[in-house]
Amino acid sequence: MDWTLLLQLTLNGLIVGALYGVVAMSFVLIYKASQVVNFAQGEFLLVGAWVCWWLLTEWQLPFWAGFLVTLAFMTAFGLILQVVVLRPLIGEPVISVIMATIGLGIFFQALMKWIFGVFAKPFPPIFSTERVNVLGLEVQPVYLMSLGISILIMAGFAWFFTASKHGLAMRATAFDQQVAQSLGISVPKVFAMSWAISAVVSSVAGIVVGVVNGVSSALSFYGIKVFPAVILGGLDSVAGAVLGGLIVGVLENWAQYLDAGWLNWGNMVTIAPFYALILILLIKPYGLFGTKNIERV
Amino acid sequence: MDLAPAGDYRSSYREDMTIFPTRNSRIAMWLGLALLCAAPLVLGRYELGLLINIGTLGIAALGLNILVGFTGQISIGHAAFFGFGAFASAWLHERWHIPVALCIPLAGAMTALVGLVFGAPAGRLKGLYLAIATLAAQFILEDFFARAQWFTGGVAGRITEPFALGSWVADREETYLYVVIAYVVVMYAAAANLMRTRDGRALVAVRDHYLSAEVMGINLAYYRTLSFGIASLYAGIGGALYAHYLLFVSVEAFNILFSIQFLGMVIIGGLGSVMGSLMGAAFMVLLPELVQAGADALSGSAIDRVLKLGASISFLREMAVGAAIILFLIFEPDGLAHRWRLIKAYWKLYPYSH
Repeated sequence: MDWTLLLQLTLNGLIVGALYGVVAMSFVLIYKASQVVNFAQGEFLLVGAWVCWWLLTEWQLPFWAGFLVTLAFMTAFGLILQVVVLRPLIGEPVISVIMATIGLGIFFQALMKWIFGVFAKPFPPIFSTERVNVLGLEVQPVYLMSLGISILIMAGFAWFFTASKHGLAMRATAFDQQVAQSLGISVPKVFAMSWAISAVVSSVAGIVVGVVNGVSSALSFYGIKVFPAVILGGLDSVAGAVLGGLIVGVLENWAQYLDAGWLNWGNMVTIAPFYALILILLIKPYGLFGTKNIERV
Repeated sequence: MDLAPAGDYRSSYREDMTIFPTRNSRIAMWLGLALLCAAPLVLGRYELGLLINIGTLGIAALGLNILVGFTGQISIGHAAFFGFGAFASAWLHERWHIPVALCIPLAGAMTALVGLVFGAPAGRLKGLYLAIATLAAQFILEDFFARAQWFTGGVAGRITEPFALGSWVADREETYLYVVIAYVVVMYAAAANLMRTRDGRALVAVRDHYLSAEVMGINLAYYRTLSFGIASLYAGIGGALYAHYLLFVSVEAFNILFSIQFLGMVIIGGLGSVMGSLMGAAFMVLLPELVQAGADALSGSAIDRVLKLGASISFLREMAVGAAIILFLIFEPDGLAHRWRLIKAYWKLYPYSH
């Protein structure tokens, strides 16, 4: 057993897992508020990262300006998507809504490939690439920044849902739409807001991954990795999403360790979470921490 | 004249369940088939190739429609099963030297078995959880294709033999079209009749209200799993036909985008409509051609130079697929089959439609 490697992989898993957690959180946000399963979550990362990249390289904006403009753009993007595409589908069956978000996903993925090409493009260097030593392990500062931003976003979410007025309105809407309406909460506004916040938060994750690995269409795969995470953590639990993301991140790195050392299957790093997902659904059809719906005729 | 009445005057179940409500509709079906059989005399190889694609994809789309449209289950992994059928048929022929004509139904049966394996957990899942589980199935099967060299030929892919029946070899579009037509007729007739049996009605009951269905004595897990098996059977046969048309199967072909295209066919054609599946398949096959034609028409113009249409035609096609799905969901959620019914109703009531 190579303990240093295992520890290093675990740390990598936690860093990537924190990002999965952030994306899963913004996925859960949309699901909780508007009961829409967003299969286009990965494309939020993709669009945000490309827009930021474009502002930084073509317009030579400093990082903070490009970052803020991207956030503003993603707010508008999320709002427009909700109003134009998702609002007409309110009341349609689950399958239709799922399909609409899948359609959105492939539309924007192809659009980004059309505009920016298929090759990964690096961000201009923002952080020094010198490795720092944390507890005897070599870590790039970019990864530390990524972990820091993830924790910051999670703390922001925690504050938003427990203390802010809009967050409480969102939780009320998630609990019961009719009751929320009778309390004077504008449900359409809450829906639109959840999409805007989700798009913004996802795009931050996208920019972080872009800074670390370069921007390419591979980013949208984060949107698919969200599913194992939310199945692990429960679809309607924000804290569960973070936990699920961390578990998936560590799991895929351990799977890679197992794979490199003994199995030699290759590709386990991408597939292992899906095996875990099928296993969990076999045993618990509503996910590990999901609430079981009791239905009456 | 034998016309449909301008109202609903059916008074027995037998009349209600008939596939051809009038003699004319039966004649129209036979005429359409005869026209299709005469197509190789008129059309070129390229157009015949499109027809073959519509047929093979149409069979698989019908399977997905039985799952999604009739049973109300969703699958985002249909292309993986389609691919499994394609590889199974090629493998059966190469490894066990079974004649291709037998390989195709056998590949369908093998795919149905795999579908039942993935369908067993699906029997307990529904809606969103099922969508996620089938998404996982898509990635697991794709990974299996890339790894199982003995079965798929690995990255190199697998070369398949043309369809042969005795000394008659269907290795060109002109001849292979007849094989596809035969399969389309058999599979579509089977599906149309399935919906008239107890099992078919049970599937629809599960879709409409699964709790009531269960109360009425319908075994939910059994019918959900059965529906998954039937969908996989159709996907497998469609895939096998596809393999023996292209004569080469590559590992990368059966990705998630392909799965989404199948879902698109079902939605655009019309959920819960047998003939709609074929219309949806035709739409999905012809849509890229339309995009290509549009790009060709603009090639060389200023728009083309600015937007690089020619070089990025594959992305434009993907965008068209995504846009078509969204637009249909918003503006025509019942699909082309519903539009076709509206057109028929318009003529039936003309000129007194209001």
